[in-house]
Amino acid sequence: MKLVEYQGKELLKRVGIPVPRGEHAASARAVAAFIAANPGSWVLKAQVQMGGRGKAGGIKFADNPDEAQKIAEALLGTTLRGIQNPEGELVKSLLVEEKVDIAHEAYVSITIDRAQKKPVFIVTAQGGMDIEEVAERDPHALAKYWPDTAIGYQPFQARRLFYAAKLPGGYAKEWPAILGAIYRLFFEYGANLVEINPLVLSKDGRTIASDAKVDLDDNALYKHAELSAWEKENQSPANEDESKALAIGLGRSNYAKLDGDVGVMANGAGLGMGTMDAIRNAGGKAANFLDVGGGAQAERVRKCYELIVSDPKVKAMFINIFGGITRADAAANGIVEALSAGSARKVPLVVRLTGTNEAEGREILSKAGIATVATMDEGAAKAVALAKGAA
Amino acid sequence: MSIWLDKNSRIIVQGITGREGGFHASRMIAYGTNVVGGVTPGKGGTKIESGHPVFDTVSEAVDATGATHSIIFVPPQFAVDALYEAYDAGIRFCVCITEGIPATDMLKVVATTPGMRIIGPNCPGLVSPGKALMGIMPGHIFRPGDVGMVSRSGTLTYEIVDILTWAGLGQSTCLGIGGDPIIGTTFVDALREFANDPETKALVICGEIGGSDEEDAAAFIKEHLAHVPAVAFIGGRSAPPGKRLGHAGAIISGRTGTPQSKVEAFQAAGVPVADLPSQIPQLLRSKLSS
Repeated sequence: MKLVEYQGKELLKRVGIPVPRGEHAASARAVAAFIAANPGSWVLKAQVQMGGRGKAGGIKFADNPDEAQKIAEALLGTTLRGIQNPEGELVKSLLVEEKVDIAHEAYVSITIDRAQKKPVFIVTAQGGMDIEEVAERDPHALAKYWPDTAIGYQPFQARRLFYAAKLPGGYAKEWPAILGAIYRLFFEYGANLVEINPLVLSKDGRTIASDAKVDLDDNALYKHAELSAWEKENQSPANEDESKALAIGLGRSNYAKLDGDVGVMANGAGLGMGTMDAIRNAGGKAANFLDVGGGAQAERVRKCYELIVSDPKVKAMFINIFGGITRADAAANGIVEALSAGSARKVPLVVRLTGTNEAEGREILSKAGIATVATMDEGAAKAVALAKGAA
Repeated sequence: MSIWLDKNSRIIVQGITGREGGFHASRMIAYGTNVVGGVTPGKGGTKIESGHPVFDTVSEAVDATGATHSIIFVPPQFAVDALYEAYDAGIRFCVCITEGIPATDMLKVVATTPGMRIIGPNCPGLVSPGKALMGIMPGHIFRPGDVGMVSRSGTLTYEIVDILTWAGLGQSTCLGIGGDPIIGTTFVDALREFANDPETKALVICGEIGGSDEEDAAAFIKEHLAHVPAVAFIGGRSAPPGKRLGHAGAIISGRTGTPQSKVEAFQAAGVPVADLPSQIPQLLRSKLSS
């Protein structure tokens, strides 16, 4: 789950990292009321995930409640578009924050290095801009350190990074505590990424996280039940594939709509990809990727069938099940249910069913009058031919 | 021969009375695997249908049965604890089937269990055909032989094994390493072990789009296994960039994870890449005869 800025900052606060004074507000009236009660110059920041928020007009300044109300009314409910997100993102709320007088901007993040099987800190003194840009333009400006998770965080790690990245001396005092807090947040909340860009050194000598990008591992969300409200709030309607998959109990990335006309249902991501490839090799194009998941029961198979045929472009479907933890008989029951339920559109169907409990599965299908093919290549060729015939 | 798993491996099943644990334990036993018992806290002293004993703790199970290997079927919230319990009891080979363990938890586990070989998590396990099955793979598709196979996928592995078996190419050991970001055993770890197995005469590597594990595997083969006939397959070559397909890592983003880069890496290592799983036997045969 990718957090928006105010949520990320809430977690930073919890582990003791200073953030600018401010208020999260979902209405223009709340923004104006806050500024009326706290006179001064404030920054209004649209709470969106997209990069390039400032360029897209998502960051404004206000010096009084009336001005703030007008800006907030204009921002809330609009869709921000940038180079990185042409589809746009709806502004649901704003973060009102104190203006910080900036002396320096640095960058710090922690993420997972798959190849090293370790977390990795990345630090550069060139904060406030896109890290990929810095990496490309000036790779030596990036300092990296891979903490040994068996040892955990130690302040020497911060010192190594501090000197390697040549951070200004003003950061020195708070730096080890901030890195320790980032490390703690990363593990305690189960993050894929914690990024502070920029980590500001203010003219009055404070170190402040001026922005926060936190991406939590969905698998770790159970550790903090109190975050479930954010989960609902952050579900982005922008990604249709994900909401469709979640709606029928699949994992977020188990369904992806593509632009061909042969529907694909397979158990397992690898077999799903392999089936798409086989369809391409047979001269066709997959209409989707769909992994019914491990241990799929009949009902899930039926719902997956309905999801696939809800795409009007689908002219034929290839169901490719190789039973392991999924039992072929359960899958067969789902296929029969899907076809007999009557509500979903019928398309020419090719079924390949093998592996665990395959004999039972094939018997269920043959009783229902559904023929099966023996191999993936054969199934792909047949499904492609059926899609062409139906065209 | 085989790697890591054979007739002498004494196996316990953590979560043996659960739905998945029970079902797959019985299939492992039916395959002829030397399952010596299982663990479910609170069910100690009972027996499963096949007569195998159930213990409350891994430590008791190891003391009573001399178990050397463990396979974990517990839910994700309890899986890290289960891995550490196995380690603490002296188990040094562990297969973790569980899907959904946070990657940060696995970072800690791999760093704090030196000497324990972990396969997975979120993997189908491994099979040394004719000897033992430790996982959720359908046993009947395997045949004993001298092809070693390692795969990032589960069901795609079955597909390829089935094709190898039909083509008369038996297997020494087949291993699915899992698709999670942090896994105990990588392609390179498995290839290193196959390199030390005198009876593995050929290799099949089944990768997929995303990440750089396949490139690492290709580099390792080029350096250390150039003399062993090998064929690769990359799943997801028809995938459009930017679409995440099932696994967290299976995505082509920018220049990383593209099938071209993986295919080129294998070809540079002298490993042909099959367009379809069904082409693997023929490619392997021509490598074996050359």
